[in-house]
Amino acid sequence: MTSDAFKARIKKRYRSEAMFRAYGALSLAITAVFVIAVVTDIVVKGMPAFWQHSLVLDVTVKADDIDPKATKDPAVIRAADYFTLTRDTLRAAVPGVEGRLAKKELDGLMSSGAANELREMLAADPSLIGQTIKARFLLSDDADLYLKGGETEIEKFPGRGVVTPSGTTGEITLLTSSNDFADDLVRVKKALAVRIDGLRRDLRRAERGDPGWAERIREEIAGLEARVNQPSVAETMDANLPSLLVAMNGGLVKLTSIGNADAKGTVILPLTSAADAQPGTWDVVTYTRPEANRKISDLEVSFLEKLKADGKVQNHFNTIFFTAGDSREAELAGILGSLMGSILMLSVTLAICLPVGVLAAVYLEEFAPKNWFTDIIEININNLAAVPSIVFGLLGLAVFLNFFGLPRSAPLVGGLVLGLLVLPTIIIASRAALKAVPPSIKEAALGVGASKQQAVFHHVLPLAMPGIMTGTIIGMAHALGETAPLLMIGMLAFVVDVPGSLTDSATALPAQIFIWSDLPEAAFQAKTAAAIMVLLVVLFVMNGTAIWLRRRFERRW
Amino acid sequence: MSLTYFGLMLLLLTAAFFVGRSRSYAVAGGRFADLHSLPVYHGLFVALGVFAPMVLIYMAGVPLVRYLAQDAALSFFPPDVLNDPLQRSVILRDVVRVAAGQFAGEPSATLKDAAAAAINTQNTGDMAIIFGGLAAGLAALIASFWQISLRFRARHWVERFVIIVLGVCAIVAVLTTIGIVFSVMFETYRFFFDPSLKGRPTVLEFLFGTEWNPQAAMRADQGDIKTAFGFIPLLTGTLLITFIAILVAGPLGVFSAIYLAEYASPRLRAVAKPVLEILAGIPTVVLGFFAALTVAPLIRSMGEYYGLDVASESALAAGLVMGMMIIPFISSLSDDVINAVPQSLRDGAYALGATKSETIRQVILPAAFAGIVSAFMLAISRAIGETMIVVMAAGLAANLTFNPLDAVTTITVQIKTILVGDQEFDSAKTLAAFALGFVLFFVTLMLNLIANRIAHKYREQYD
Repeated sequence: MTSDAFKARIKKRYRSEAMFRAYGALSLAITAVFVIAVVTDIVVKGMPAFWQHSLVLDVTVKADDIDPKATKDPAVIRAADYFTLTRDTLRAAVPGVEGRLAKKELDGLMSSGAANELREMLAADPSLIGQTIKARFLLSDDADLYLKGGETEIEKFPGRGVVTPSGTTGEITLLTSSNDFADDLVRVKKALAVRIDGLRRDLRRAERGDPGWAERIREEIAGLEARVNQPSVAETMDANLPSLLVAMNGGLVKLTSIGNADAKGTVILPLTSAADAQPGTWDVVTYTRPEANRKISDLEVSFLEKLKADGKVQNHFNTIFFTAGDSREAELAGILGSLMGSILMLSVTLAICLPVGVLAAVYLEEFAPKNWFTDIIEININNLAAVPSIVFGLLGLAVFLNFFGLPRSAPLVGGLVLGLLVLPTIIIASRAALKAVPPSIKEAALGVGASKQQAVFHHVLPLAMPGIMTGTIIGMAHALGETAPLLMIGMLAFVVDVPGSLTDSATALPAQIFIWSDLPEAAFQAKTAAAIMVLLVVLFVMNGTAIWLRRRFERRW
Repeated sequence: MSLTYFGLMLLLLTAAFFVGRSRSYAVAGGRFADLHSLPVYHGLFVALGVFAPMVLIYMAGVPLVRYLAQDAALSFFPPDVLNDPLQRSVILRDVVRVAAGQFAGEPSATLKDAAAAAINTQNTGDMAIIFGGLAAGLAALIASFWQISLRFRARHWVERFVIIVLGVCAIVAVLTTIGIVFSVMFETYRFFFDPSLKGRPTVLEFLFGTEWNPQAAMRADQGDIKTAFGFIPLLTGTLLITFIAILVAGPLGVFSAIYLAEYASPRLRAVAKPVLEILAGIPTVVLGFFAALTVAPLIRSMGEYYGLDVASESALAAGLVMGMMIIPFISSLSDDVINAVPQSLRDGAYALGATKSETIRQVILPAAFAGIVSAFMLAISRAIGETMIVVMAAGLAANLTFNPLDAVTTITVQIKTILVGDQEFDSAKTLAAFALGFVLFFVTLMLNLIANRIAHKYREQYD
């Protein structure tokens, strides 16, 4: 009976059974992994945007600058010039910065809206004018991004010998007692070797495509190799190498060239004296990522590191993100404007969809005669639900904007288009809810003498209401996340002000996400992810409410 | 003015309701059982009697008054100016601005007079509408008031009105479709056949052209760049991305559905279903962001590792993420049809000694085949019409290629690219977007109709 061939066949069948089952489990697992990957990716990218860095500085608010006539009028105080005040305050916090370029980089650390908080503080309490107060100044997005980490690593190597600087400011030479920079020179040569490896990879690609480019790379490699092969020859630093700095005598020197025993450099933060620095009192500091590969310069890193060491940098919750409209400056951009736009739009959508959708469903389910016309309506609704959303945008553009002349970028038009878009969903959901109410309810009402409309509106509709509400919330959630039709009707606008009415220029949350995702600044990428998180939370709450409603009020008959 | 009118109307409606209701009480004189309709219906009847003429007067009066005001303003200008449509519209715009006090600079005397005349006519007309409406409303109130009697069938009238309102609501959906069809078809017609349109292609050039370059049509001085409205590269791009998406979503979606329907324990179902619903609920703009900033660079660096040239906006990235988007769509539709296969078929197969997977492959899938095919067609239609993922992750260049590592563009991307920003409705470029929209609408409609037809026609009937 149980021949070997039979056993083999059985085995094969069970194996294929196991395989089949594994495929199914694998498919589900892949889908789940994808969902988790999307959400994790967004959260990891977006979380940093909920915090931002500011400087907390002592600022002396002179009455002459802010409110010379002592009016104490908030309007006057708000209109004063804060730019100079902010700049001078920061320069006082990082003293001794020489040169126009260095000063410009220092000033550039501040956001253009750095003084907003100080301004509101003074406007709220004019008695602070004339005093020295602690105030918070918002940093620029690049500075903020650097402080959040990841831009470059900073390594510190304690100095071994005695270093003698030739001066305290400007271009100076550092002499060591013995070959104290030897290790650092080795590190520079190693960095050159790494660069050669990178160029070799480029070369392979260039050889396939562009012979001229390949030739140039070959020359560059030869030049670099010559430098690496002479281990004790001094190196000139450039922006493609890690930056080397020497911290000594309370100041900071950026090296422009380095040999085994001596180095030349530019003073970034002035030295207190030109005295010898003893072993252990000075460090060689390396910003490992080359200056050319990061958004923030050595000067800016040095300034920020000093401010951080002085305890003047504060990391705080990013309230601007929830209280401001859009801005060209990443650190000043917020989602309130687009959120308001979405709310206004959805109110229009709801005002159209709920009555029209429910009444249409009541008609089709309870009153419509069965004829070709109602058949057409039915087929039409089912197909309308599957029309691509961008086509609704075309409809809005051609009909609402071009034909009726309604304003572009207005929540009114967006709401109308989204209303038409989710109408089929709501009709279908409402019909299902009406159908779920058992006919006995209606028959009982008719039996005690109610008219058909009384039976439907007094008895069937109230019982179907939870189901209709669930469908409506899901439809609204769908409308909230819809982007494509909004692009067609000008909701892709740069809107700074928070819209207050249905005809103001506005954008919507998903449109804002799309706008930000297109911007090149790295800080906006985090903002985009953060805005997505807000959108997902809102959608999650809406869908959660719908599920809760269904569980709470659903009746099995 | 509108606010005043509708405020007054609301007052009158409320008054009419109470007047009608109390009249029915009075008519009944305590014998409520003899009233044909409940007092509430008598009240509603009188209110509706007021509502209808007042709304009609408003809807007819407002455009009429606007027209008269325009006429009054234009009578100040010579006829030869008015015959030029451009100057006419400029004058009208200026008059509106002067009347609203928003005119930049000092308006001319004629403009001032015209604006004054327009305001005058407008005010008189508004008054006429308000008083006319009130008079008509009152007259209707009185007329319907006298209708009320013991045997008067107020409920029938009200219910007839309600049915009309319900029907109109149902027709809104049809109107939407008609609106889509007409707006898109009208512009498409102009795109192909409007003789005043420069650079318009013929239908054949559009359908079979292999070059797509609408940008060149923008300026006259770019004469030597050839404008081209060849649809083929967009079609191949769309199909390529759709193909990748279905290649991902098809097996994953169907296998997920099979596993959920046939193998999964109730506890796993309780977890897996919400996960799929979450995926279905993620807005496509979010998936687009993920595709453009995470998946595309990942594929690019992987390709580089294997020595492949991958475009930074490769079709593969967009297609993969779009496939993921469609999985819940296919799996939920397939889940439904698999669950609809009666248990007796499974029991029969088990009784013959088939294993579970054999039952699924040889009994359940054939029985559910039509439903699954229809699910695939709906998924294809969804993928073709999807916009945000491809806008963010696919390219703009209309390359005619089937290499998934190259950048391709799609119909929806081109519609979006052309129509974002200000448009003029008299350029071939803008109208080209509507022609693309028409193709998109037509193709997805056909796919849906066929899908529904397959699902209905080939559905196995049991019991």
